[in-house]
Amino acid sequence: MKTTQILIAGFGGQGILFAGKFLAYKGLLEDLQVSWLPSYGPEMRGGTANCSVILSDDPVGSPIITDPDVLIVMNLPSLQKYVDTVVPGGQIYVDSTLISEKVSRTDVEVRCIPATQMASDAGVPTLANMVMMGHVLKNNPQLTFDGAETTVRKLVPPSKAQLVELNMKALQAGRDYQ
Amino acid sequence: MAIVFQKPRALTDAAFHYCPGCPHGIIHRLVAEAIDSLGIEGETIGVAPVGCAVMAYDYFACDMIEAAHGRAPATATGIKRCRPDSIVFTYQGDGDLASIGMAETVHAAARNENITVIFVNNAIYGMTGGQMAPTSLPGQVTQTSPYGRDVNHCGWPIRVCELLATLEGPEYVARVAVNSVKNVKAAGKAIRKAFQNQIDKKGFSLIEVVSACPTNWGMTPQKALEWVESDMLPYYPLGVYKDRSGAKEADAT
Amino acid sequence: MAERVLMKGNEAIAEAAIRAGCRHYFGYPITPQTEVAAYMAKKMPKIGGVFLQAESEIASINMVYGAAAAGMRVMTSSSSPGISLKSEGLSYIAGSDVPAFVVNVQRGGPGLGGIQPSQSDYFQATKGGGHGDYRMIVLAPASVQEMASLTVKGFNLADKYRMTAMILADGTIGQMMEPITFEDAEVETYDKPWALTGTKMQRPHNIVNSLYLKADELERKNFERYERYKVVEENEVMYEAYMMEDAEICVTAFGIAARVAKNAVVSARREGVKAGLIRPITLWPFPAQALRRAAEQVKSFVCVELNMGQMIEDVRLAIECTRPVSLCNRTGGMIPSPDQVLSAIRAAQKGVN
Repeated sequence: MKTTQILIAGFGGQGILFAGKFLAYKGLLEDLQVSWLPSYGPEMRGGTANCSVILSDDPVGSPIITDPDVLIVMNLPSLQKYVDTVVPGGQIYVDSTLISEKVSRTDVEVRCIPATQMASDAGVPTLANMVMMGHVLKNNPQLTFDGAETTVRKLVPPSKAQLVELNMKALQAGRDYQ
Repeated sequence: MAIVFQKPRALTDAAFHYCPGCPHGIIHRLVAEAIDSLGIEGETIGVAPVGCAVMAYDYFACDMIEAAHGRAPATATGIKRCRPDSIVFTYQGDGDLASIGMAETVHAAARNENITVIFVNNAIYGMTGGQMAPTSLPGQVTQTSPYGRDVNHCGWPIRVCELLATLEGPEYVARVAVNSVKNVKAAGKAIRKAFQNQIDKKGFSLIEVVSACPTNWGMTPQKALEWVESDMLPYYPLGVYKDRSGAKEADAT
Repeated sequence: MAERVLMKGNEAIAEAAIRAGCRHYFGYPITPQTEVAAYMAKKMPKIGGVFLQAESEIASINMVYGAAAAGMRVMTSSSSPGISLKSEGLSYIAGSDVPAFVVNVQRGGPGLGGIQPSQSDYFQATKGGGHGDYRMIVLAPASVQEMASLTVKGFNLADKYRMTAMILADGTIGQMMEPITFEDAEVETYDKPWALTGTKMQRPHNIVNSLYLKADELERKNFERYERYKVVEENEVMYEAYMMEDAEICVTAFGIAARVAKNAVVSARREGVKAGLIRPITLWPFPAQALRRAAEQVKSFVCVELNMGQMIEDVRLAIECTRPVSLCNRTGGMIPSPDQVLSAIRAAQKGVN
């Protein structure tokens, strides 16, 4: 695959970093070169959080993303902050439950999905992040849904095995959303 | 001919650099006698301070390390955690232990670090030439309190034993003095117990030795010892301030 | 081949340290390196090691001093303000010639500064943050893999030369995850006849000490120590040269700055600008010879740093100012973009054409 630069952003507590970890682990299991870089700081909950994931066949140079190929946003401030950084021809994924504003750019592919609402409806209200991921895997030409479950199993500690099923439920909901 | 008195084995042959009449020599000897009587020299690692006893590493025959000012309890912690079967002691003055090193002292005590601390309190900074110490008495004239220690300006002297005794951590905290034969004997006993506690893995033992500094107090050695009795001991009463298992043993009988 | 695992840079340091035989960790919490302590707190009790959270950075470095003097592989980790506090201990460790391993995951300064990545402790690390004549071996990883490999290397070098080896990383490398493999660590062991073990009544007492009141004796000690440092300078320099064969512009950068610079060098090549990169891996000993050789070939240097220009002084010294050296920098937690570095390369090219 070519180098894919993915920026995920939202509030702390939405599982932004975990979503990025999911993509990074998936890349690891697919023998790709991977980097995962979180924003870090005192904003553990409620503040802004973002995370940069780079997947590539070649060794990753700078892990810092200035022009993402894919932007995944789960709150309005993040959309406003990063919308103009996406490369032309790139993709923007928007949690439309939390962001009602329209994306004005026409040179990128915009996909809106009410992930927070869907997660709530599916009985997994804390896993809107994984609904988003399911949708991204399905609709990004560089990524694939195959191997999602193996990745989840790798990420979830054995003591919390029941979470595998819940994460898969969220991922599948995102995948199946049209 | 029977030998009735000799230098303890745990002291080297190096001549002390201490001033005439300085009780450091007595206290070194008491520590060395404790090491000898317990037969632990080969296992003992001593930590020297910054202060008058800075060169104690030349005087004790066991392995020695020179610590940074006030950090002896931290350095001792590092050694003890690596070599839990060795016997680790620090030898510190009042500036080292109760001023710049107060945090290290309190936290080593709070952790009940299994070390022995010998704390020499002579109410003054000796090596640097007689400045006010955290234990200098109210009104005491020093180079940096030339009009006498004004407690409204620079606070009150700290009673280390009383302070540490409030902690749950330490095993044994006692104050002794070396201004009379009787007190020297009692001090030796307390120091031995502080080492025995460590051998028995009971934890942190601190012996505060109320001492004198004839040179910087500007007194003859004899007068200095009298001043310990008349001025120091009323503010720093002798006694055992904490003895956790000792108290339990006493309860049991 | 060993399994590829995804790990944070800070965790990679901790795991590599354990594999290098470190069983004693003393530290104090500070962002952005806390994962090192957290990892050690979890692992050490399970492998018979010691993790102890000290009351301060000052206490922790002095615990390291004690443990090192006792002959053990021991480490501490911190970030910039914490390293300032540890500097006293680093000076004592140097003066006592005991080996220690110290990690600085840098954040912005001075003062409390910020918590975002920085390289502004270059001077502190390479010129000595503490008092007195001394050096530390300073290793600058640019990837999570190097966080691990340079940790093992650092422990070996510390023991070999009886001095402190410091990992000078930054918040980015500490916090990021990359796949790494742990090959079997090549743990070198060195006799430590000077260590505090207790005499067992079998030998004269060992003294670990940095006090020498006789001036001539202290001078002799310092001369001896610098003889040892000379051997380090002769044998332990590490650097990476990237696209330098025909380079006309030499970019110099370490750590995360070098990752960004590498992207810029690739872009410059695409535009037909012959750029290359020299990345010091050891900041002390500094790869002065490699830069001197490069100066015979290139027209100009660009030094990329996350500070106000610190390593640039060593670059200028190394090439004895025979070529222009320009600074491309961000500070305070900001990181230069590849485009910013590319612009600096272009400017350097124009300046010499």
